[in-house]
Amino acid sequence: MQFQSQAVSRFYFTAAIGLFVAQILFGLVMGLQYVIGDFLFPAIPFNVARMVHTNALIVWLLMGFMGAAYYLVPEESETELYSPKLAIALFWIFLVAAALTVLGYLFVPYASLAEWTGNDLLATMGREFLEQPLPTKLGIVIVAIGFLFNITMTVLKGRKTAISTVLLLGLWGLAVFFLFSFYNPDNIARDKYYWWFVVHLWVEGVWELILAAILAFVLIKVTGVDREVIDKWLYVIITMALVSGIIGTGHHFYWIGSAEYWQWWGSVFSAMEPIPFFAMTVFAFNMVNRRRREHPNRAATLWALGTGVMAFLGAGVWGFLHTLAPVNYYTHGSQVTAAHGHMAFYGAYVMVVITMISYAMPLIRGRAANSSKAQVLEMWSFWLMTVAMVFITLFLTAAGILQVWLQRVSATPLPFMATQDQIGLFYWLREGAGVVFLVGLVIYIASFFYNGGEEKTAA
Amino acid sequence: MSRSFTPSMARNIFYGGTVFFALLFLALTYQNEQVLPTRDNRANLTEKVAAGKKIWETRNCIGCHTLLGEGAYFAPELGNVYKRRGGDAGGTEFIKSWIQAQPGGTPGRRQMPQFNLSEKELDEIAAFLKYVSEINTSNWPPNIEG
Ligand code: HEM
Ligand code: HEM
Ligand SMILES: [Fe+2]
Repeated sequence: MQFQSQAVSRFYFTAAIGLFVAQILFGLVMGLQYVIGDFLFPAIPFNVARMVHTNALIVWLLMGFMGAAYYLVPEESETELYSPKLAIALFWIFLVAAALTVLGYLFVPYASLAEWTGNDLLATMGREFLEQPLPTKLGIVIVAIGFLFNITMTVLKGRKTAISTVLLLGLWGLAVFFLFSFYNPDNIARDKYYWWFVVHLWVEGVWELILAAILAFVLIKVTGVDREVIDKWLYVIITMALVSGIIGTGHHFYWIGSAEYWQWWGSVFSAMEPIPFFAMTVFAFNMVNRRRREHPNRAATLWALGTGVMAFLGAGVWGFLHTLAPVNYYTHGSQVTAAHGHMAFYGAYVMVVITMISYAMPLIRGRAANSSKAQVLEMWSFWLMTVAMVFITLFLTAAGILQVWLQRVSATPLPFMATQDQIGLFYWLREGAGVVFLVGLVIYIASFFYNGGEEKTAA
Repeated sequence: MSRSFTPSMARNIFYGGTVFFALLFLALTYQNEQVLPTRDNRANLTEKVAAGKKIWETRNCIGCHTLLGEGAYFAPELGNVYKRRGGDAGGTEFIKSWIQAQPGGTPGRRQMPQFNLSEKELDEIAAFLKYVSEINTSNWPPNIEG
């Protein structure tokens, strides 16, 4: 670690991992409710578990991005963070807001939560992923503004690199597009249309800039490859991402009342969205093959390569699978969607955050890399979580194909619930893979505490 | 990548490309707004329907169901439930009595919570679902089962 203030990212990384655990536990609860329908009912209805699962995911990824930025920006800018105090204060605000929100979901009926938190003043709640009460949404905006101010000031007072510029663009974009979460017209067709300005333009737009910048940073560090080469790759990748991804939003507009021309625009442009993900994989392997040093942190290198491959599989391959309008007509809103959502989020954003944590945490704790035994544990967790996620995806894809067949294609279509009964086996298998995922996560956390006899520098 | 292709060229292509496609997206969005009135059933978007949408949101129905294919995949599609359950001949009544009868309580079966909606709120949510079922979705879902 070159600058003292980079250490603030430790708070963010720790909380991110904590929320990751909560996310997975509630995922397992839902996975069981899929097969034992009344499990924990009415204490934790499915929709409540789902809010905790998805919102914890989003919040911990945001924490991960912020932590990554607090680590990366001072080093790229070659200067201390503008205000470490602000970074720490915002961390606590964010953490408390997140915790209160989760407690609200779990212990207050959602309608009362809405009433108490001013949803009647400005109705924003009750839309997928944007379930947060108004004060939480406003809190996110305040934290985002303070955060952006802090890192932008840091970049402005120091060296400006392609990596920090791209990261900043992505983070500003993230904040700007979140503002669409406050727009909720009565007209459901328009509501749905602009809802995607948050969801799609995040994961297939500005977040890809964040992803590419973090990946590029870690690759420079672990391979020692020339910055000029990496900068070119970075710009080429994000160009392809936005050129395909912006109009690619149209792949969500086929069946929600919007104009029919989106079937063409959406299909053609989103069909190109896998290209930047493919390029990222090629880029990562290329850099590692051309490395000029043997970095002792082999675990971080593994996560970086894994991010490329899994993002390409989850977003690129599984995205392409159902993105063309004639295919999407059948798979829309099925388990195929869930399969893709899981592998894409994991492969791209979970893995890139872990890549950064894997690289930065040992340095924050005062060593270039963890002991080789701790790294072996970490690599075990990499394989367990990643392989488990591959299986979750495969089982859900199988469930999805059967679901589509039984319910939507067959000459004698079954009702939804009857179809679900037919495919229960695959939900059991998914739950099994989910347990393996949890084991991987526990081993991942254990790797932080395992120092294999070396002195503990942790404080 | 070749030497004559410099990072600053790559950067300029990025900014140019992004601005161009963002503007194109805005133009298509503008065009979409022109088309929507012919498809989104807005003539029937009454106060009651708007109130129904709010019930839909504040009970987090989307946390289990899909609506026009978006949401959760735990429970049936509701964009066309009005039509599936009888349409003008009984759709409203079905929706209201279904919601009142929850949770079903069959052991092991997926359960829907009881929301204790008033008669007025039941009418509103039913009106909302009727409204949604009349949006032009380019013939989605493929059949009535959703
Ligand atoms: C890392 C990037 C990506 C992430 C995190 C991601 C995540 C998701 C999620 C969570 C959904 C479900 C949204 C909902 O609940 O309604 C979704 C839907 C979808 N995604 Fe992605 N995605 C990514 C990239 C892609 C790419 C590159 C493509 C196309 C090549 C794609 C194609 C689609 C399509 C077509 C749907 C709609 C599925 C449906 O109709 O039900 N995605 N994505
Ligand atoms: C133990 C592992 C996990 C299990 C058992 C699990 C289970 C589930 C279930 C049952 C749903 C709801 C599907 C529905 O709406 O009907 C869901 C949604 C979701 N989960 Fe997980 N999950 C797990 C891990 C993860 C991980 C690691 C991620 C992210 C990387 C993730 C991201 C998501 C997302 C984005 C959605 C919304 C999907 C959509 O709208 O299409 N889950 N999960
Ligand atoms: Fe998308």
